[in-house]
Amino acid sequence: MADLTVRAAPPGPDKAAVGPQPTGALRRRKRTWHVHLLLVATCFVLCAPVLYALLAATQNNAQLFSFQLTPGESLARNFEVVWESRSLGRYMWNSTVVAVAITVGKTITALLAGLAFVYFRFPGKWFVFGFVLITLMMPTEISILALFRIVSGLGWNDSTLGLTVPFLASATGAFLFRQHFANLPAELSEAAQLDGANPLQFLVRILIPLSWNTIGALAVIQFVYGWNQFIWPLLLISDQREQLVQVGLGSLTQAGQGQAYGPLMLGAVLASIPPLVVFLALQRRFMNGFALTRDK
Amino acid sequence: MLYPVMLPLFGVTAAAGAAVGIRAWRAAGYSPRIGAVVGATAGLLGPLITMVPLRGCTFEPGRGPVDVALGVVAFGVGGAVAIGASAWVARTIARETGRVRTPAQQLSAGSFRAGIGTPLAFLAPTLAVLVLFLYWPMLETLRLSTRLVRLSAPNQPFVCLDNFTKLMAPTFSPLAAWLTIGFVVAAGIVAVLGRSDQDSALAVRVRGWLGGLALLAWTTAMFGANYRGVFVTTLILTAGTVIVGLIAGLAIAVLVSQPVKGQGAYRTFLIWPYAISPPIAGILFFVIFDPLAGIAGHLVETFTPFTLPSYRADGTLARSVVILASVWKTLGFNILFYVAGLQNVPTDVIEAGQIDGANTWQRFRHLVLPSLSPITFFLIVTNVTYAFFEVFGTITYLTAGGPSGATTDAMSALIRAGQVQGSFGDGAAQSLILFAMVLAVTFWQFRVTGRRVSYGS
Repeated sequence: MADLTVRAAPPGPDKAAVGPQPTGALRRRKRTWHVHLLLVATCFVLCAPVLYALLAATQNNAQLFSFQLTPGESLARNFEVVWESRSLGRYMWNSTVVAVAITVGKTITALLAGLAFVYFRFPGKWFVFGFVLITLMMPTEISILALFRIVSGLGWNDSTLGLTVPFLASATGAFLFRQHFANLPAELSEAAQLDGANPLQFLVRILIPLSWNTIGALAVIQFVYGWNQFIWPLLLISDQREQLVQVGLGSLTQAGQGQAYGPLMLGAVLASIPPLVVFLALQRRFMNGFALTRDK
Repeated sequence: MLYPVMLPLFGVTAAAGAAVGIRAWRAAGYSPRIGAVVGATAGLLGPLITMVPLRGCTFEPGRGPVDVALGVVAFGVGGAVAIGASAWVARTIARETGRVRTPAQQLSAGSFRAGIGTPLAFLAPTLAVLVLFLYWPMLETLRLSTRLVRLSAPNQPFVCLDNFTKLMAPTFSPLAAWLTIGFVVAAGIVAVLGRSDQDSALAVRVRGWLGGLALLAWTTAMFGANYRGVFVTTLILTAGTVIVGLIAGLAIAVLVSQPVKGQGAYRTFLIWPYAISPPIAGILFFVIFDPLAGIAGHLVETFTPFTLPSYRADGTLARSVVILASVWKTLGFNILFYVAGLQNVPTDVIEAGQIDGANTWQRFRHLVLPSLSPITFFLIVTNVTYAFFEVFGTITYLTAGGPSGATTDAMSALIRAGQVQGSFGDGAAQSLILFAMVLAVTFWQFRVTGRRVSYGS
């Protein structure tokens, strides 16, 4: 357990008879109270930037400059600027397409790779494994300029293909599933083979239903990754109508004078909603499948 | 081209290869003679990996000392890659032929009976994407780093290592030089003192840290005036993000692991900034710290006698705000992993410590912290990677690299070289410097955590 002091035995019905117990219980409750206070304060500090963004999103510049701490009435106007004249909606749609494509594609390629690594023996497996393993040390960003030249050479500038295809597979996903499958009992595949199932049937009927936590964890990571892409669309996309949201938000910033803060904050808030929704919807699976059940 | 200078270098790599080979193949259960032959061959052929593409140009007559030194490094890297690969092959062959048994072999139970075609078909999409969009760009980066690339010019002349030497213009930084000497001397003192000391594990660790710092200071001293600023900025932003982020993450993880009601809700509230993007973190802090409209300056003015200077004019403050924004953004991830790690700390060990009379801090320092070290090293690598590559998005919206370059980090410089100036050769050379740093951190993690691979991120 994580608590650094060992918890006292849970208060049973016989505890009251012992005598000095109430003091201990009182002290324990008092300490818990402090922990709650600290936790609430920490949560508040961590949430403060976004709370302030929510506030500023409803204000006009005059209210913002006077540090008004109550909501203003400019939400509708700010929304009009963000959604209509700066077409954030279009950017968000583009990002949704790209993030969903990357999430679905990567999950499928990773499931297939995990299946091949765990349930097959073939000559040179160790070599293929090493070949994939090494890419964990090669972040895309290292060779992003060369990647840009290659993808441009394919004629994929300003296209969804250029934004998705290079990210449809990764060592991370393959290894996540490999580790998960390797921890499942071998009897599963033996039984499936006795029943005459082929590998794909085994994957769809047996493995996937047992892997929802891992799939959910990977989906959160990949959706957030796809949605938060910044450097790559910055390089690849020059046609503003095809731009993704993280770069598109730049249209709400103005150098020097005349920065409208309300729309900028509203844009930041709106652009954070989809990844947050995915995270919150899948958070139990995310924590179960990815981090909190890491063995060792 | 083969120049006479290179012959002793081949001798060195061949000898090193033979030495490594004898050890590796003997450990794998083969004759050391095979090891010596294979290792020496790897040592002789390995340098060609780098020397053939470079055409041995760094050793041409008339090249300066910087070129020769870089050439020796490239030579050594080629040799080391080949020798390391040959040792890995030895180990893998031993494992595959069953000479050394490992638990991994139990995986073979329950395999499907099929030829090589079926598994390769399943692996094909992954392999195709990795080859086309990861391996090929990597090789292309290596090639471009030796070329002069201009947007309008169709041909790309070979320029040897000029793209690298350009960054290392021989200007001398006294501060970096003194720091290097200082760290080396300090490491030496620790080494001498630690020899007699009982607590020599600590001495080894301190010496390692000092050695690493000396290496960083020396690298800083090597860069010319232009790139040194970029390199130092990258180091500061990375160190700030990693150190503050890990300490704060661990502290909050300990807090949220206390057994109180509503633990799950607290966790959600603490972890969700993970889903916010680095660019949006930049936008939020851009408004919060705005010199005129920013609420941060207003709070400082209201509650303290000070006024907050404008971060758009003050370089140190600008770097601090960038670090603050990145720490805020990465904190959720760090908390998540530390909470997971704290759950795996064995309770009986803590109880034993309590019985032995260790106080809370001692239990934390000597029992909890060591058992978290695999997670800590994993987080160091992911946070360093984040600071190298993702903070770029935060910087773009928060400071745009200013004031006067104070927050222009390696990634910003690289993107500018490629996108704005169209000099992909320079960009590729800078990419490889970052790559070398990522590799250094990763190998350090592998060494310290004993080859335990952390899957994730």
